[in-house]
Amino acid sequence: MNLSQAFKMAGKSILANKMRSLLTMLGIIIGVAAVIALVGVGQGTTKQVTDQVESLGTNLLTVNITGRGSKTTVDYKEAEEITNKDDIAFAAPINQQNASVKNGSESTSVSVVGTTADYLDVKEYELAQGRFVAQIDLDYYQRIAVLGATTATDLFGTTNAVGQSFLINGVRYKVVGVLASKGSSLTGSNDEVVVIPITTSERLFKSKGVKTINVQVADADKMDQVVTELETELSKKFRGDTNSYRVFNQQDLLDSFSSISDTLSLALGGVAAISLLVGGIGIMNIMLVSVTERTREIGIRKAIGAKKKDIMIQFLIESIALSGLGGLLGIAIGIGTSQILSHAMKITVVLSIPVIGLAFGFSVFIGVVFGLFPANKASNLRPIEALRFE
Amino acid sequence: MEAKPLIQIETLSKQYKMGGEIVHALDDISLRINYGDFVAIIGPSGSGKSTLMNVIGCLDAPTAGKYWLDGEEVSRLRESKLAEIRNRKIGFIFQGFNLLNKLSALENVELPLIYRGVPAKQRKEQAIEALTKVGLGERVKHKPSELSGGQQQRVAIARALAGNPPILLADEPTGALDTRTGAEVMELMKELNRQGHTIVLITHDTAISKQAKRVVRIQDGQISEEGGERREPQSSLQNGG
Repeated sequence: MNLSQAFKMAGKSILANKMRSLLTMLGIIIGVAAVIALVGVGQGTTKQVTDQVESLGTNLLTVNITGRGSKTTVDYKEAEEITNKDDIAFAAPINQQNASVKNGSESTSVSVVGTTADYLDVKEYELAQGRFVAQIDLDYYQRIAVLGATTATDLFGTTNAVGQSFLINGVRYKVVGVLASKGSSLTGSNDEVVVIPITTSERLFKSKGVKTINVQVADADKMDQVVTELETELSKKFRGDTNSYRVFNQQDLLDSFSSISDTLSLALGGVAAISLLVGGIGIMNIMLVSVTERTREIGIRKAIGAKKKDIMIQFLIESIALSGLGGLLGIAIGIGTSQILSHAMKITVVLSIPVIGLAFGFSVFIGVVFGLFPANKASNLRPIEALRFE
Repeated sequence: MEAKPLIQIETLSKQYKMGGEIVHALDDISLRINYGDFVAIIGPSGSGKSTLMNVIGCLDAPTAGKYWLDGEEVSRLRESKLAEIRNRKIGFIFQGFNLLNKLSALENVELPLIYRGVPAKQRKEQAIEALTKVGLGERVKHKPSELSGGQQQRVAIARALAGNPPILLADEPTGALDTRTGAEVMELMKELNRQGHTIVLITHDTAISKQAKRVVRIQDGQISEEGGERREPQSSLQNGG
């Protein structure tokens, strides 16, 4: 008996019991569909976040200065000294706090960023109107502010904000520029922001020193080198107290995020694999019932010359055909579901061929594993007893 | 020197345990069946005739003794080899037809040829030929449930014939049929015998056994020759009891 003949037989027997076959396959269908949809959504989210981080620029470094107090802080001039290197394109020391801003009856809570002129370049903002914070504003503690696009609309509506004034924590500031809209990123909206000179913000918030330095490295290849240089400088500054500062690489963030999402994908895959396993047990159950039901058929086949091997192959192929068909239906449903998800919920869904192949392969493998026991049981039936079975 | 017999059984015994007791289903039996014979094995239920049929049909192995089928010693063969012998040498005709209900008449008849590995085209030709022989050439696409009892038994006979085995082994072939269709089936069997097929028929009905050329009676696991149309000379039996 050849294999194509065996597949024909299996097909016939599956079609003879359509409802039961469908119910038997259900576990595999759901398992495969779940694998494909869940992993698709997981990978889609990863891709979305990765793209976003990458769009911020992979040559960005963030220096966090956590050590506070009279001796362990740096002021903005020291920060600029530290970051004054050939390989650093721009560096913006930042002293940032949340505050409520107010114009007449309009008030909102935004992040107020005290910084230097380089901030515009580091963050790759564009100016929509007016000018940005300049060195002279820092030197003279000017109470001027540049507004993010959303904050400008929140405070001044559609009227031109430049030249008008508003209150930050009750202190009056004059608007000198408005930033062009940039959208959201990992760290929240880029348009809900108020930028003021860092010297002014130290006074306003009564907090001396720099909390963060954003650094843009000229060449992405020099990242590691710059990180080392910065760490050496900072270590000198804080007399070896490495807990007072931290140089944070955008790539580190990306790596740690992708490791999180990998773990998540693995967990999703694991859950789906368990459901496939349960589906396989379902197939085994039905196959065992089917072997008992068809004892007489097995007896007849054996009496007219079917060998043990023939019966074994017949039932094994039936089980593989069931699980394989279930796998194919599952793939169709999984792809359909992810398409619906991506359209209805605006989620990026990445369908990966290896995952689809793996899910299908696994479902066929399940068919083999869980088909073996029933097939073996069938092939070991003794023809006389099987023929006597009613 | 006589021609080699199709079936030669020598001092064959079959015992099995049932509820701790050993049952001697066949006790030291010897039997020869020649090519072209039409032998009826008759006996009441419990006489061992089913066991004898299972042994002759290579469905069961004897406990002791020797059994040559078509010149081959088959009493000690492995299961897969026995399956092959059943496939090539024996055509089974069962009391309950034992057709596969989900397959058409043609597919049922093709089944033994599938296990023999006959290519599809030749298989179909042979199956149709066998069905035509039993007068069902027009009903090849029908399922067993769409056929009458007599027609189903004829499909079963066609299935037995399809592989052109040297022996047809019929177990109460008319048992599930009414008298008239039973008679038709018997006519068909006699016709097949006239065409040269060797037939071994197992029955408990003397009216059926009388139509055979030769009758072997079995009682309590032992056999005795009884004659039918033609009495076999006692000398052909080595231990005819």
